[in-house]
Amino acid sequence: MRSATDIPVQVPAAEARPPRSRSSRRILSTGWALAVGIAAAVIIVFPLVWVFANSIKPENEIITGNPGLFSATVTGSNYVQAWDAIDFPRLLLNTVIFAGGVTAASLTFDSLTAYALARLEFPGRNVIFVLVLITLMLPFQVNLVPLFLFLSDLHWLNTYQGLILPRATNAFGIFFLRQFFMSIPKELEDAARVDGASEFRIYRMILRLSVPALLTLGLFHFMYNWNDLLWPLIVSTNSSMYTLSSGLALFLGQHVIEYGLIMAGSVLAIVPMVVAFLIIQRRFTESIATSGLR
Amino acid sequence: MLPSLVIMALFMFYPLIRAAWLSLTNYSFFGTSQFIGLGNYSRLLHDPQFWGDLGNTAYYAAVTTPVSVVLALGLALLLNRRGLPGRGILRAAIFLPAVVSLAVAAIPFRLMFTPSIGLITYWLGELGIHATDWLSSTTLAMPAVIIVGIWKNVGFYMVIYIAGLQTIPREFYEAARIDGASAWQRFRQITLPLLNNTTMFVTIIALIASFQAFDQIYVMTQGGPAFSTETLVMLIYRQGFQNFSMGYASAIGYVLVLIILLFSLLQMRFFSRRAIRY
Repeated sequence: MRSATDIPVQVPAAEARPPRSRSSRRILSTGWALAVGIAAAVIIVFPLVWVFANSIKPENEIITGNPGLFSATVTGSNYVQAWDAIDFPRLLLNTVIFAGGVTAASLTFDSLTAYALARLEFPGRNVIFVLVLITLMLPFQVNLVPLFLFLSDLHWLNTYQGLILPRATNAFGIFFLRQFFMSIPKELEDAARVDGASEFRIYRMILRLSVPALLTLGLFHFMYNWNDLLWPLIVSTNSSMYTLSSGLALFLGQHVIEYGLIMAGSVLAIVPMVVAFLIIQRRFTESIATSGLR
Repeated sequence: MLPSLVIMALFMFYPLIRAAWLSLTNYSFFGTSQFIGLGNYSRLLHDPQFWGDLGNTAYYAAVTTPVSVVLALGLALLLNRRGLPGRGILRAAIFLPAVVSLAVAAIPFRLMFTPSIGLITYWLGELGIHATDWLSSTTLAMPAVIIVGIWKNVGFYMVIYIAGLQTIPREFYEAARIDGASAWQRFRQITLPLLNNTTMFVTIIALIASFQAFDQIYVMTQGGPAFSTETLVMLIYRQGFQNFSMGYASAIGYVLVLIILLFSLLQMRFFSRRAIRY
């Protein structure tokens, strides 16, 4: 029971024997660095481990003051209840459609616009680019009220198109892809044009050269929308249209003392993203890194 | 390109104009709407709630931003060293919160802060500190949501810092070492100045994110107790979608625009300066 409380302290202590490192002129030796790193990682992952450990405890054990990681009995009953109570399959489906739909639509429209801004000459191009830059700086919260009213006029509240379409193009995406397209040598498309390729074929060629940028941007769109709370909270007022984030947040408001149920529900909601992350972990962190440098 | 423009016009510029118009009316979802000029803005200036929330937002940003940036830099330095066993796993673990939904991850935090079942109060109790319910304390609720805000983003900023660190040529350090520079001197004279751009970038995105804080606050405290954790975005949500004072909420939205525009302009200046340098 008590052992759980020791974990963040115990792990670094166990690693604390520093092997004398060759370059002694560092602030921390490798052993200490490892100890600090492990401590930080344990502290950061701990809340997620804790909620999982508690979600497989029987309800009575949760409330009788056993806040540790280990339990005498392991039960899946919280999960069985939570699955139905939060309607997990429905929330998951909504989230996949919302995040996937926004990602697909936004990649299409962003890349078309970015292509036009990067490669085509047409009147008003600079004006449009400046508008994109201005949009980039606006917090989306300013548009919450008018968008809600607009969707309500269209009778699009509680619909997928209402969730997806307002996000179907994105200033950051346009800006990001335009910068990437500009870095592709123009000679390539000139050669293609001489060979008589159509504008659309050149666009497709540029896309093929931009796969890493498109993947990065897609990952961003997907992650951002999957995790978003405020937008789905406002557009869906009907529980059948909630996403995982908004559904769980609202569920918590109604079932605040059914701890086991809530814990199992939040684990269910967290697991898909964690699994996805573990599968494409390298891609994830590389994407963040490149976007930060660009 | 045309569809993109249509979407932007419909869902970005049209609402923006409508928000500007709404902010000049006393529109509420159910009632009628009247033009009241700058009434909402003068109401804002005299609304202690608004000033309180602005203060809360500033407090949140003033703590979250520097703490996240410093922690991220420290962790990046730690996990960028060569020959550190398992550094890939450690990086992944610290980055993990960046991929999970803040709203959902705030649920375990809320429970951990709940005295009857939570670990945090239990631990403090074991240390002889009397168990208090952080989330219902007007002084401790804000630190609690700040901790969660830092938890969510520190790994994300760390990864950006690691990328920045990797652009620094190793020869610089070797030369410095030959000259007999101490570890601290190497950090002060090489690492920190060469990370300037990264630091600027991280600081600005951290600031902008802080000014938009909402998710974990909505889940953990709903802005309470006694509005002590209510931020500007919480206020927009509450006025617009709980009180349905949509005109007033739009006016608050424009104040947020003003604040964020200020920081974004800083960001733009920083980007253009960097563009010249390289």
